[in-house]
Amino acid sequence: MLKTYQYPKFPFVRPAELDSPQTRHVPVIVVGAGPVGLSAAIDLAQRNIPVVVLDEDDTVSIGSRGVCYAKRALEILDRYGVGERVVQKGVSWNVGRTFFRDEEVFRFNLVPEPDHHRPGMVNLQQYYLEEYLIDRARELPNIDLRWKSTVIGVTPGEDAVTVRVETPAGAYALSCDWLIAADGARSPIRRMLGLDIEGKIFMDRFLIADVVMKADFPPERWFWFDPPFHPGQSVLLHRQADDVWRIDFQLGWDADPEEEKKPERVIPRIRAMLGDDREFELEWVSVYTFQCRRMKRFNHGRVLFVGDSAHQVSPFGARGANSGIQDVDNLGWKLELVMQGKAPAALLDTYSDERTYAADENIRNSTRSTDFITPKGNVSKTFRNAVLGLARHHPFARGLVNSGRLSVPSFYVDSPLNTADADAFAGRMVPGAPMDDAPVAAAGGGSPWLLPHFGQGFRLMIALDDAAALDAATAEGLAALRRGAIPVEPIVIAREGGAPGGIETLHDVKGRVRERYDLQPGTVYLVRPDQHVAARWRRFDPAAIEAALRRASGQRA
Amino acid sequence: MMITLEYNFREPRTRTFYGYEAGDAFYEALIEAHRDLDEEQSALVNARLVLLLANHVGDVDLLREAIRLAREDVVGG
Repeated sequence: MLKTYQYPKFPFVRPAELDSPQTRHVPVIVVGAGPVGLSAAIDLAQRNIPVVVLDEDDTVSIGSRGVCYAKRALEILDRYGVGERVVQKGVSWNVGRTFFRDEEVFRFNLVPEPDHHRPGMVNLQQYYLEEYLIDRARELPNIDLRWKSTVIGVTPGEDAVTVRVETPAGAYALSCDWLIAADGARSPIRRMLGLDIEGKIFMDRFLIADVVMKADFPPERWFWFDPPFHPGQSVLLHRQADDVWRIDFQLGWDADPEEEKKPERVIPRIRAMLGDDREFELEWVSVYTFQCRRMKRFNHGRVLFVGDSAHQVSPFGARGANSGIQDVDNLGWKLELVMQGKAPAALLDTYSDERTYAADENIRNSTRSTDFITPKGNVSKTFRNAVLGLARHHPFARGLVNSGRLSVPSFYVDSPLNTADADAFAGRMVPGAPMDDAPVAAAGGGSPWLLPHFGQGFRLMIALDDAAALDAATAEGLAALRRGAIPVEPIVIAREGGAPGGIETLHDVKGRVRERYDLQPGTVYLVRPDQHVAARWRRFDPAAIEAALRRASGQRA
Repeated sequence: MMITLEYNFREPRTRTFYGYEAGDAFYEALIEAHRDLDEEQSALVNARLVLLLANHVGDVDLLREAIRLAREDVVGG
């Protein structure tokens, strides 16, 4: 029981399957109602795909776990209808401060660029995120959330997957077209299917303490290397909602977790860190170790692995839940196209291709952070301390200080879904790039930001000076794209005017879209349903767009 | 010529999208270079690395400046 949060309890409802001799068949089962599983269910339900969610527990995440939700994850959560609640309840921060021994070495700002809707990072206890996702899931009639439902067997098949579900009222079988395994790092589904996950364990332990206190510290991330109050180790401080502060103490491998968790050990550590007699209450203590590893492939026939079941990283950089939410963003639209018969099942191979690429990037970055934060061996420690010492005076060394490279989206530059540029472009919105946000004015109402106008389906962004000057041939071409088997909704980005025929028009009020996308009049971007760029051209060419759309949906161009 | 103290790491043959990637890649390679070496071997690798980079820089005035900055703070002012 926490002082600041009451865990909700969700009722177990006796499923009708228990009383039926037949095995019921459903389109999709999601196993695991954590942030990633719930996101998957919401993504698919918003595509009118019915989903059964099975979770072995009957409440949200217990204790102090995920803390930081990054800009890209917030943009995706916006599409799932919970981004605003997370931002409102959470603590937004952009400034990180780094200390070495008793001195501040430098500070960084996460958002060096103005005019983005979402902040670099929001801190929020994981149980709040799950609660909001559950609220959202309950609004969607085609999500069937089943608590106290443990999957105890899984039988993969050519045409269906069957699971055996154990509940307080008995066990039953349920079959589905697609099984999404969001059942966490120890994934029982992965284990039952005998699938490997490879990587390395880090020989270190960290103590997590959640502390309630009224403190006038600003909402910043503070990171200490070798501080006087915890010599030889590192310490991280984050502010969360409800005046709860999260502190991570590095303990070293030889620490005894049970001993370290005792309040008589923890409280003096915190007292030494705060350096004064201010009042605080201990809300939660636990000790964790971690590994960096991933499965070779994330799709195995009709079983799709998302989040921690597929890949795990060290916590430095907040690349766990954030990357899991991006998995789901990548998977949802592809699964929909495959289920509709509009794309071959091979499109799901590109889910694995793109997300293993992202997982490698996340593992690489979080491993580098871990090696810097917890150097193993004298040489590593000497170099680390040399960097920190130089960082006091020299900017180059500040760039090498690695206290966690915070979660950012992958640029899928090698994806087979991309169509390579044939025309010259400046900037970073290359094929495979996650879209940059920018302020806009929507002529027909709607969000004053670019990103909410994209996503869900394919979009074609076409740039003009005056939207009203859209010529008849192009307008007809856009209308044809809209009527295609895989519909592409057009969006005109202009300085002024409204596009004819009711085509959605956005005004580039600050010129940021033009700047970030290197737009010229006539420039066209084809954007995937997950807001990644598929292709771009300097002029509207229906045949080229058709070919790029076929490629981006996994059909040979 | 002045010694460069601004961040100057880059990977010309790799398209990167985040500023820290090149420096982190260097640092990883640097630490990796010491894998499985004993202390004496590590010191030797570091010495050889300094010599190789010094020759690449070439400008002895600049190297003197780097040596001065490297000693700063280490030997009590």
